[in-house]
Amino acid sequence: MTFSQETEARFERLLSSYPEGRHRAALIPMLMYAQDEVGLVTQELKEEVARRCGVTPLQVDEVVGYYTMLRSKPMGKTHLQICTNISCLLRGGDKLWDQACHKLGIGHNEVTADGAVSLEEVECIGACSWAPAIQVNYDFRHNVTPDQLDKLMDQLRGAQ
Amino acid sequence: MLYNPPHPAETKILTRRFGLPNSESLDTYLANDGYKAFLKATGMTSEQIVDEVKISNLRGRGGAGFPAGMKWSFVPRQSPKPKYIVVNADESEPGTCKDRVLMENDPHQLIEGVLIAGKVIDAHRGWIYIRGEYRYLIDIMDRAIDEAYKNGYLGRNIRGTGFDFELSTHTGAGAYECGEESALLESLEGKRGIPRIRPPFPAVSGAFQCPTILNNVETFCAVPSIILHGGQKFADVGVPKAGGTRLLCLSGHINTPGVYEIPLGFPMMRAINELGGGMLGGRKLKAVVPGGSSCPILKAEECDINMDYDSMAKAKTMLGSGGMVVLDETTDMVQFALRIMRFYQHESCGWCIPCREGTLWLRKLLTRLNQGIGTSDDISMVRELAGNMLGRTFCPLGDAAAMPTISIVEKFRDEFEARLARPASSRMPAPGDLVSIA
Amino acid sequence: MSNPVNLTINGQPVQAPPGTLVIDAAKTVGIQIPAFCYYQGLSLQAACRMCLVDVEKAPKLLAACTLLVGEGMVVNTESPAVVKARKDMLEFLLSNHPLDCPVCDKGGECELQDMVFRYGAGESRFTEVKLHVDEKQWSPVVFFDAPRCILCYRCVRICDEGLGVKALGITNRGAYSEITPNMGTHLECDECGSCIDICPVGALTSGIYRYQTRPWEMEHVGTICTHCGDGCKTTLGVRNSEIIRGNNRDRSGINGEFLCIKGRYGFDFVNHQERLQSPLVRVDGKLEEASWSSALALVAAKFSSIESAGGKIGVVGSSRTTNEENFYLQKFVRQGLHSPHIDHRRSGDVAGLLDALSGKTGALAATADLYTANSLLVIGADLAQQHPFLAFQIRANWRHHQSRTYVVASGPVREDSFATRTVQAAPGTEMDALAGLADSLRAAGNLVIVFGDAVQGDAVRRLVDFGSGLGIPVKYLCLVDYSNSRGALDMGLAPDLLPGYRPAPETGMTVAQMLADKDLAALWVVGANPLEKTALASSSAFVVVQDLFLTETAQRADVIFPAASAYEKNGTVTNTCGEVQRLQKGLGVMGAKPDLDIFALLARHMRLNLGATQPDKIFEEIRASVSGYNVAPMVLATGGAALTNPVNGRVPQSAAAAIASSRDTLFTSGTLGRYSKILGNVMEAPGGLYQR
Ligand SMILES: Cc1cc2nc3c(=O)[nH]c(=O)nc-3n(C[C@H](O)[C@H](O)[C@H](O)COP(=O)(O)O)c2cc1C
Ligand code: SF4
Ligand code: FES
Repeated sequence: MTFSQETEARFERLLSSYPEGRHRAALIPMLMYAQDEVGLVTQELKEEVARRCGVTPLQVDEVVGYYTMLRSKPMGKTHLQICTNISCLLRGGDKLWDQACHKLGIGHNEVTADGAVSLEEVECIGACSWAPAIQVNYDFRHNVTPDQLDKLMDQLRGAQ
Repeated sequence: MLYNPPHPAETKILTRRFGLPNSESLDTYLANDGYKAFLKATGMTSEQIVDEVKISNLRGRGGAGFPAGMKWSFVPRQSPKPKYIVVNADESEPGTCKDRVLMENDPHQLIEGVLIAGKVIDAHRGWIYIRGEYRYLIDIMDRAIDEAYKNGYLGRNIRGTGFDFELSTHTGAGAYECGEESALLESLEGKRGIPRIRPPFPAVSGAFQCPTILNNVETFCAVPSIILHGGQKFADVGVPKAGGTRLLCLSGHINTPGVYEIPLGFPMMRAINELGGGMLGGRKLKAVVPGGSSCPILKAEECDINMDYDSMAKAKTMLGSGGMVVLDETTDMVQFALRIMRFYQHESCGWCIPCREGTLWLRKLLTRLNQGIGTSDDISMVRELAGNMLGRTFCPLGDAAAMPTISIVEKFRDEFEARLARPASSRMPAPGDLVSIA
Repeated sequence: MSNPVNLTINGQPVQAPPGTLVIDAAKTVGIQIPAFCYYQGLSLQAACRMCLVDVEKAPKLLAACTLLVGEGMVVNTESPAVVKARKDMLEFLLSNHPLDCPVCDKGGECELQDMVFRYGAGESRFTEVKLHVDEKQWSPVVFFDAPRCILCYRCVRICDEGLGVKALGITNRGAYSEITPNMGTHLECDECGSCIDICPVGALTSGIYRYQTRPWEMEHVGTICTHCGDGCKTTLGVRNSEIIRGNNRDRSGINGEFLCIKGRYGFDFVNHQERLQSPLVRVDGKLEEASWSSALALVAAKFSSIESAGGKIGVVGSSRTTNEENFYLQKFVRQGLHSPHIDHRRSGDVAGLLDALSGKTGALAATADLYTANSLLVIGADLAQQHPFLAFQIRANWRHHQSRTYVVASGPVREDSFATRTVQAAPGTEMDALAGLADSLRAAGNLVIVFGDAVQGDAVRRLVDFGSGLGIPVKYLCLVDYSNSRGALDMGLAPDLLPGYRPAPETGMTVAQMLADKDLAALWVVGANPLEKTALASSSAFVVVQDLFLTETAQRADVIFPAASAYEKNGTVTNTCGEVQRLQKGLGVMGAKPDLDIFALLARHMRLNLGATQPDKIFEEIRASVSGYNVAPMVLATGGAALTNPVNGRVPQSAAAAIASSRDTLFTSGTLGRYSKILGNVMEAPGGLYQR
């Protein structure tokens, strides 16, 4: 299995970042960067990364199961993450969440039928002073109003 | 760029370069004292550097507040093993968003802090463990690191000092527990974020079982100023047992939330009223989460205190990670308690029984109480179960879940009782399920 | 030795070496600190928090399983705070644990049940809905019921650390954490069942045993596994003349907690539907059922007439029958039939080793030595496949004592993963690799050399010379295949050796010679299958076979006697290290008789008087007459293993005996293996185990 040049370059940089014989250390970053490209941790990806890091597929399973951001199920083209943790909750994050669920007709870690958007209720994303906050894939959106969220969702669905 | 316009009540040391044009660039950094502290440190002995840090009374900014100088002195420098530096940029404690602005606005300050720490223990390699959600910050840090390499501030024989240092970023993948130092090290090694049995502490056996200095981003960021201007100067800014400034992440029901740099010992009410611009909509203050969600909550009448370690301890709470969340009178405390427990339940690594089972049970119980179903005994049981976790878990996450819960039930029990008394029609809907098994 | 540490536990003064864990120190004075995750010999977890104790001056309760003893430490394991913490911990644990004890296999043997019984938390305040996950089958022998799992990680550790297989892991997080098998949905492993055995609750259950019975309804019979030569103790759970499970219940055998798939599950050949249950006699070319008396009479008459006519009678003994049977058989053949032609399939050059060691004392390794030696040299053997328990010992030695292992093998072996050095040597060239290892071996201070059939004849002598040349204490272990391969030779089932390696007055034929002899008048095969791949040259030979199944050899027989297996008889067997242990009859199988009984009946029919025919009495004879077997009877009577100390002197070897290991794997066991469905079902790709 091969990856884009950019990803391969990242892998190379990664593998040289750890002490001799400690390739396993690259496992989680590698899975993250590979997942960014593939969309999810597939069986093939798992085996490939296991090989490159010198671990067993079981060791990859252990890690993938542990970390919330690693997933073995596909998400939407745009992954919409809404924080409802305390600071966001106080600023209406929970309402944004309900709004998104209603509008998209999906729930936590679900994908719209057309595969355009997936939704995740996330824990604190470190944007508390700019709450309520959401993440659109890796992009932060701060001080999000219901209106903005509405427009965003229209856009995401329209972009299909 | 994410930063607040300077506020007159702030004391800007770590954030003093914020807002300068291209503040994240090496040029701006160099033009504003950048890397001077490191060069100065290369002329000092390890003991001298550690002494300055000790004099500065710098305490860890990650949450536990352990004196940084002391921690550095625990590293067995004579050990034949390689030594490492690890930066904790996992920043996941709800209410906390300060490491983010430090890395975004002034990445080189962090790199310089790391270099100085590396100098102290003769380490030649370090990692910045950044939570996976902060992908854009990883890019910023990577760019800054590349810039530093290109200009000889990282790599071999740094600026002709004969000191070598390699630094890289390392991404997390969504796990609060990986902010706990030993779990972070496991994660760094490519494993599940399960904390380690301690002792040995990271200073003795850390990354790859080698002696390691592990500190929070903000802790490292304070180091260049301390070395450049002397520990005493930093110490003078704070209170006797805790020196310098710290970044306060203000959030919640206030008018101007943001990240502000304040001296230790800063009065909490001033933070709310001056930095925070007062309560949102002029409503009344109800409570404050003083330093991230794991700190026991303070009722409004308890908020007239100074924010330093001792005063907070006296009020039976903590300074924590600087995540100060302000709650006004409209806040539903039952829902708030549930939200906190949902977080810890979701983030419990599952290693030890009391945390794994305790958070789950409490989450279920609080969910039910939040729906108005239950009895007064159930409320007592929340208090009791949290108490049964406290001090008995494998790592402090269990305590972090128990402490706020205990304080909320104790201080706002009437709200729980009222919830049970409410007619069914006005019950809160069940919150969405956050737990994923995937 | 550094000074012992003095501490107080529950007011009692305790002394312990520095580095001792409080939980272990407490045990030395009879104080039990409860624990789920702590397991002696495995890595520390401190996860279950059951072992929290009060330590004076400590701000909170500390986990005794990771707490080192300290000078002047004052520990209380029963303070009100400790007692409450324990109870609370159990309450937490039970909050998500199904209370299906009445239908759980572990009921009655469950550590959680015991713990709740002892420390309380009997009634639950938990009224929420418990998490549920369906039970999964991971392999023919391993089932997993996640809700019952208390996440003590013992299974993961025994598989990884103990076996080196690493087939189990943990996935998901928090309350959803789940033990997971290496192939996602199923297991590919040694199928040894150690994970099941070590599970304190009923989360891991055995496909063989599950839902069969309640533990208290079985009789537990401690006997010795009949498969490989390692001699593991296995406790058979027997109900109504049926073996329901095998395990190492009291861990009292030389194997402690270890059993491989064969010892734990490979007993099912016992009630295979093709098991012979009646004597068969060839009538008009076809085998037909016959009565015992007519079959015995026929054989007796035939043997007598051949003997008086001076015809050659060849006898092939078994590597699985008892010492008593073998001793009696050789007497039968030599004294009763006056034939020197007795042998068995030889799988290791034990005689060569004893000969080469002539004049040396204490040079034979016991299984315990593999766990204590500073260094080990394994040459020409795939231990994980053929001697799983020895492999486990060596690995445990490395884990616990950092011993050094050196491997000389012709292909990859499991020990490679931790060996200090591995030398690949083409078959036949193994000995050449030794010179290069001498310096490292010498430096270790003492050594055990374990060798397989790759080293035989002259090579054994060279190997011993090499060992002697190191100038350090060296012990040797010659590997042989089956549960009593060693005993067969010790008891004189050899054409050139009487019991105790005394020279036979007249050298008889080896197995190969018997099969090739066109004039052979009779062939008597006891529990062996020499005709599996070789035809019998003598077309007229009268063939008598004692076996459990209609093997290739049995198909050629004129008379077949249905024999009892090792699990159906008493007696003793000797393992590959020369340790004698006692078999205990677990059950009887209709129609079959122990070989000893068959011999005795035949002797009676032939009017031979060959002495005692009861196992105990024969063992007395063996003790008195067979060199090295003068072991303490108490040791055996109490279920222990006694190391024999065979001849120290030259062992004549006139016959060129073919020596070849059967090359069994973890999942095969000669004929018995073929009739074990369970072994057949879990067969893994050969060598696949090493690829991880
Ligand atoms: C559950 C848990 C989560 C933590 N998360 C973080 C974190 O996100 N960032 C951080 O710097 N420290 C975190 N800590 C504290 C670290 O364990 C450690 O004390 C800190 O990184 C040390 O650095 P400092 O001395 O500079 O504060 C956490 C601790 C616990 C118990
Ligand atoms: S308290 Fe226990 S289960 Fe919770 S995070 Fe720490 S080790 Fe894991
Ligand atoms: S035995 Fe100590 S925590 Fe489990």
